[in-house]
Amino acid sequence: MSNGSERPAVAEILVIGIGNPDRGDDAIGLAVAKALTAAAGPGVRVTGHRGDAADLVDRLAGAAAAVLVDAAVSDAAPGSFRRIDVHREALPASWFTGSTHGLGLAAAIELARALGSLPQRCVVYAVEAKTFEHGATISEAVLAAIPAVTAAIVRDIARFRAESAQPEAAGLHA
Amino acid sequence: MTHKTIEVGYLARVEGEGSLDVSIRDGAVEDVRLSIFEPPRFFEAFLRGRAFSEAPDITARICGICPIAYQMSACQAMEDALGVTVDGPLRDLRRLIYCGEWIESHTLHVYMLHAPDFLGYAGAIEMARDHAATVQRGLQLKKAGNEIVALIGGREVHPINVRVGGFYRVPKKNALAPLRETLERARDRALETVRWVAGFDFPPCERDYEFVALVHPNEYPMNEGRIVSSRGLDIPVHAFADHFEEHQVAYSTALQARIKARGHYLVGPAARYSLNAAKLSPLARDAATAAGLGEVCRNPYQSIVVRSVEVLYACDEALRLVDAYVEPDRPYVPFDVRSGTGYGCTEAPRGILHHRYAIDAEGTILEAEIVPPTSQNQPSIEDDLRAFIPAWSNLADDALQWRCEQTIRNYDPCISCATHFLKLNVQRQ
Repeated sequence: MSNGSERPAVAEILVIGIGNPDRGDDAIGLAVAKALTAAAGPGVRVTGHRGDAADLVDRLAGAAAAVLVDAAVSDAAPGSFRRIDVHREALPASWFTGSTHGLGLAAAIELARALGSLPQRCVVYAVEAKTFEHGATISEAVLAAIPAVTAAIVRDIARFRAESAQPEAAGLHA
Repeated sequence: MTHKTIEVGYLARVEGEGSLDVSIRDGAVEDVRLSIFEPPRFFEAFLRGRAFSEAPDITARICGICPIAYQMSACQAMEDALGVTVDGPLRDLRRLIYCGEWIESHTLHVYMLHAPDFLGYAGAIEMARDHAATVQRGLQLKKAGNEIVALIGGREVHPINVRVGGFYRVPKKNALAPLRETLERARDRALETVRWVAGFDFPPCERDYEFVALVHPNEYPMNEGRIVSSRGLDIPVHAFADHFEEHQVAYSTALQARIKARGHYLVGPAARYSLNAAKLSPLARDAATAAGLGEVCRNPYQSIVVRSVEVLYACDEALRLVDAYVEPDRPYVPFDVRSGTGYGCTEAPRGILHHRYAIDAEGTILEAEIVPPTSQNQPSIEDDLRAFIPAWSNLADDALQWRCEQTIRNYDPCISCATHFLKLNVQRQ
C-alpha cells in the first residue's frame, strides 16, 4: 500500500481504502487496502487515502476501474458491508458524513461523475462502522469483515480484468 | 404585525457544525444568533501537562484545512518562550509551506464552497455539471498547494515535519525543482481565477469594519508582524491580551472575541488585504486592480476576489521562495529548554491565529490559550446579517436563506476551529 503522490502513467485498476487511522472503525478502508496489497496482483494499484474529495477526484481520473472502501454509518449491523456499483445506483450521502471538514465520498463520486472522470467501472464497499473514537483501534465486529470484503474485491478485480479483455460483452457505462 | 418562522437544517458548505437563528418583526431584524453547537474540544485543557515540543502537532489536529497555521503559531509561541530565532532559509521554508496552505484552503473555498452562491448552484457538484473545465482548474490549483505541503511537511494532511526551531528534515535544493513547473502552471490558473471571480455579481453592500491583521515592514504577512488595526491599534504580538478579550455567549460553544476598547472587528483576507495591499507582488497587485478592488475592501461579498488574489500572490511568492532556496546547514535551530511564557500570532487563511503558552523549566506546558480566526469573526458575521437582512426581508424564505448562507460563507468560517456547520432558523414576527 502506498500513500505517495505519484500517479499511474496508464489506465489501471485502482483500489482505494479510505479512512483515518486514529479514529476507530474509520480505519477499516485502510485496513482492507493493507490486506489487499499482496493479493491484488499485477496491474492493480492499492492505496490508502484520508478522504479529501478533491484529491480523490484527481486520483480517480484516468483509471479504467476503481474500487473504493470506506466506513459507513447507516442502520446496518457493525461489520456488515454493501457493494454499490455507482453507475447503477447513487451512493447515499448520509452514510459517509463522518467529517465536517470534507465533502465526503458520495460528493467525490458525484463530482467525478459531473466532471466526466469517473472510471467506467466503479464500485464502493461501504463497511458499517460502530465507533469513531479518537485514538481507538478498529472494533472486533468490523475487523471481522476484512476477509470477506477482501475476497469480494479480489473477485471484482478478476471481473474487471475479464471485462477489459472483452469490452463489448461488458456493457460498459460510457 | 407579521411574525414568521423559517427553520432550515444545517447550513451547507461551511466547516463544522452550527446554526443561524434570525428573528424578523415587521421587516426589522430583532435578533441574529450564530449558534455553534459543535461540542467544545478542550484542546487548551489537554495541552497542559504535555511537552512544549508536542504543541505544534497536537494543535494541528484542531483543523484538517489549516494545520500549518496551527503549527506555525504554536512554534512561534514556543520559540518566543525559549528565546529561539528562526531566520534565513528555515524562515523561508516556513513561508513556503504556509503559501501551500493558503493555496489549498482558499482554492477549496473559492471553487467548491463559495462560487456556487454567485453562479446560482446548490453546490460544487451541480456547478461542475455546467462548468467542468472551471472546476477542473480549481482542483488542479488546489493540488499545487497540496504538493507544497506534502513536499515540505511530509504529507498533505496533518503534516508531520514541522518542529519548534525549524523542521525535522529539510529538502535538498533539487527536491524543490519539480515544484517550479507546478507553481508556474498554478500561477496561470490563479490569474484566471481572479479574472473569473471578478465577473461575479456582488451585492452593493459595504460595512465599516475595523480591520485587524498582521503588518510586516516589507512583506505581505504570513508568519510575522505586528498586530495592526485600521483604527490605530499597532501592538506587538505579546500584547494581544491587553487589547483583545474573549467572552461567552449563552447560545454558542465557541467564544467570541472583541477589541476591549471598541468591540467587533474583522480578520481574514479582506482585513489582510486592506492593511497590506501595497505589499502584494506586482502581478497580484495588478490583478487586484484589474478585478476592481481598491486599496481597501469593505464589501464582504468581494472576499472571494481577495481570496483569489491571495492565491495568486501565494503562487508568485512560492515561486520566488523556491528559486531563492538555499539548503540550510541544519534543519532546526538548537536551543536549551527553559521556563517562560511565549506568544505566537500568524495569518491563517481565515485570519490571525493567536497562541500563548506558559512552560516550566522542563518544558512542560502549564497554560495554553488559542484564539482562532472564526471566534474573532463571529460577531462580525452577525453584524453583517443584522445590517443586510432588512433589505432582503421581502424575499421568499428560500431566497432569504440563500442570501444569509452566502453572507456567512463570505467568511469561510471554520466552526470546527472556533469550538474548538449550519442550521438556519428564521422567525418573522
